[in-house]
Amino acid sequence: MAEMEYIDAIRLAMKEEMEKDENVFVLGEDVGVKGGVFTTTKGLQDQFGEERVIDTPLAESAIAGVAIGAAMVGMKPIAEMQYSDFMLPATNQIISEAAKIRYRSNNDWSCPVVVRAPIGGGIFGGLYHSQCPESIFFGTPGLKIVAPFTAYDAKGLLKAAINDPDPVLFFENKKCYRMIKGDVPLDDYTVPIGKANVLREGTDITVIGYSMPLHFCLQAAEELKKEEGISAHILDLRSLQPLDRDAIIEAVRKTGKVLIVHEDNKTGGVGAEVSAIISEECLFDLDAPIKRLCGPDVPAMPISPPMEKFFMLSKDKVKQAMHELAVY
Amino acid sequence: MNDQGTVHTPHEHEQLGLTNGQVIDMYRYMLLGRKFDERNLLLQRAGKINFHVSGIGQEAAQAAAAFALDREKDYFLPYYRDYSFVLSVGMTPYELMLSAFAKADDPNSGGRQMPGHFGSKRLRIVTGSSPVTTQVPHAVGVALSAKMRKQDFVSFVTFGEGSSNQGDFHEGANFAGVHKLPVIFMCENNQYAISVPLHKQISGKVSDRALGYGFPGIRVDGNDALAVYKAVKEARERAIRGEGPTLIEAMMYRLSPHSTSDNDLAYRTKEEVEENWKKDGIVRFKQYLISCGIWDEEKDADLQAQLALEIKEATDLADNAPFPKPEDTLKHVYAGDSEEGVY
Repeated sequence: MAEMEYIDAIRLAMKEEMEKDENVFVLGEDVGVKGGVFTTTKGLQDQFGEERVIDTPLAESAIAGVAIGAAMVGMKPIAEMQYSDFMLPATNQIISEAAKIRYRSNNDWSCPVVVRAPIGGGIFGGLYHSQCPESIFFGTPGLKIVAPFTAYDAKGLLKAAINDPDPVLFFENKKCYRMIKGDVPLDDYTVPIGKANVLREGTDITVIGYSMPLHFCLQAAEELKKEEGISAHILDLRSLQPLDRDAIIEAVRKTGKVLIVHEDNKTGGVGAEVSAIISEECLFDLDAPIKRLCGPDVPAMPISPPMEKFFMLSKDKVKQAMHELAVY
Repeated sequence: MNDQGTVHTPHEHEQLGLTNGQVIDMYRYMLLGRKFDERNLLLQRAGKINFHVSGIGQEAAQAAAAFALDREKDYFLPYYRDYSFVLSVGMTPYELMLSAFAKADDPNSGGRQMPGHFGSKRLRIVTGSSPVTTQVPHAVGVALSAKMRKQDFVSFVTFGEGSSNQGDFHEGANFAGVHKLPVIFMCENNQYAISVPLHKQISGKVSDRALGYGFPGIRVDGNDALAVYKAVKEARERAIRGEGPTLIEAMMYRLSPHSTSDNDLAYRTKEEVEENWKKDGIVRFKQYLISCGIWDEEKDADLQAQLALEIKEATDLADNAPFPKPEDTLKHVYAGDSEEGVY
């Protein structure tokens, strides 16, 4: 066990899997010599050579498409999209191809590819270095989608993704890279895809979220407990597809009051589906209307500091929403 | 020396290393693709199948390309007109008919995809889709895997000239050029992207595009089977030697409408189509075989009858084969998923 940053946990997962299986390789823009624009792949090319840590031409559809082709013949590629904002040229390859390969071939072919992409704002990245594109891919059967929040989950989910027989989108939060630290086992373990995780037990309100905003939820919960004795139950979805329906229902039944939090914009987001599951499965367990706190429905995040701050969630915004729900 | 004591000048196919038996076999697959295609047009018109997308006029190049590859090792990423190609690499008329009728035992997709969307792991035919040219980066990925694992196969991918405008063509070709990958890109330039003629698709030559990606691009007469064979064979040799990809632009003409939903005379003239029938690569190859003294009209009539019977049997069998169970719609979204479906 060692304490490490979220970004180190991601790197360690790739390193361990590449050491274990020579079919695992990394490809993407700047992933080789430079080690990635965030240093996520730093040192990997030195260890594994440029054939297994491939600096690709700047062309996202080829990064995804070449990875898909290699995956179909038994390789285990990890394709890095430099920012999730730049992933859209690869959307056809991901949605029309990777997601449908097993289905359209009647289980003859499969596509065990991992596509890693940093999501989220708060780094003055402006419209095109801040987006959360989960909802673009969410609801596409054939894809699995994970979005870890802790360093432990970052390593365990990436290792699970690499070994998964189907395509997995791994949305890592760039704000978490350095901000989130935690104990990470140095041995081999995986976190199962499709399983949510209770971050905090509580009795008054339930907060359901994923990725970086959970940081604010945990801070707010701590303060609300101290200041007003409000006890918050917090569920980290970890996997967006498949969603852990049972864990969602169980978490809602704990308190009967639920707040769903994510940075992706509200309309058509993952929270809408979580809300629909709650409505279908446990409407009569609710003591308050379902509440959502999400990014605003604007095209993307502006760079100007006050505008970025307005867009981003924060401890205070989350705390206020949690408080309103608690006193409902 | 032959019996008469004169020097035997080797025929063109012999110079290319093909035996008489092989070229006759090649001819057989061209003709089989043609007959299969014609039969499907009729089946659709008769209401027996829902749809057919045709490749009439492209068979000579398809069979020739297949014969130039290693059909035991190489990976194939054909596009939706490649009936003669997939037949040449081992798919049977019955298997293709199962796809046409969308039956459960269709090896391509279990009756899920439109006909012409080939796939068979057994035959190393990589599953394909309808958004055009997505298969090009896949072929590059397959070739990348061959290079990484030091395996001596190549990937071979086809597409139309219209498709060669897609980003995936350019992104894939560029990637393959940079990494010198063992992949052969073959454009079947049939002059039309559904209704849009070549001059409205491309102002230059498809083959010239290879120049920008740092590997050879050659244009061949796609109605000349042996020219296509030679080009693909040389491309394969280059690839295996580690010299990287080749782009081949095979010039041909789509003699049939795009599909059973298309009226081609809305955008081209009967005269133009008739003019191109005269250049049909299958007829040309038959004449070549006759001129070599290894084929004649009697043998041809026998072959035509044999293929007609083979296709009739395949049609009847596929027609009578069971459909997939309705609830099989839920299967194979993910590995090992339950019959109830996804989650």
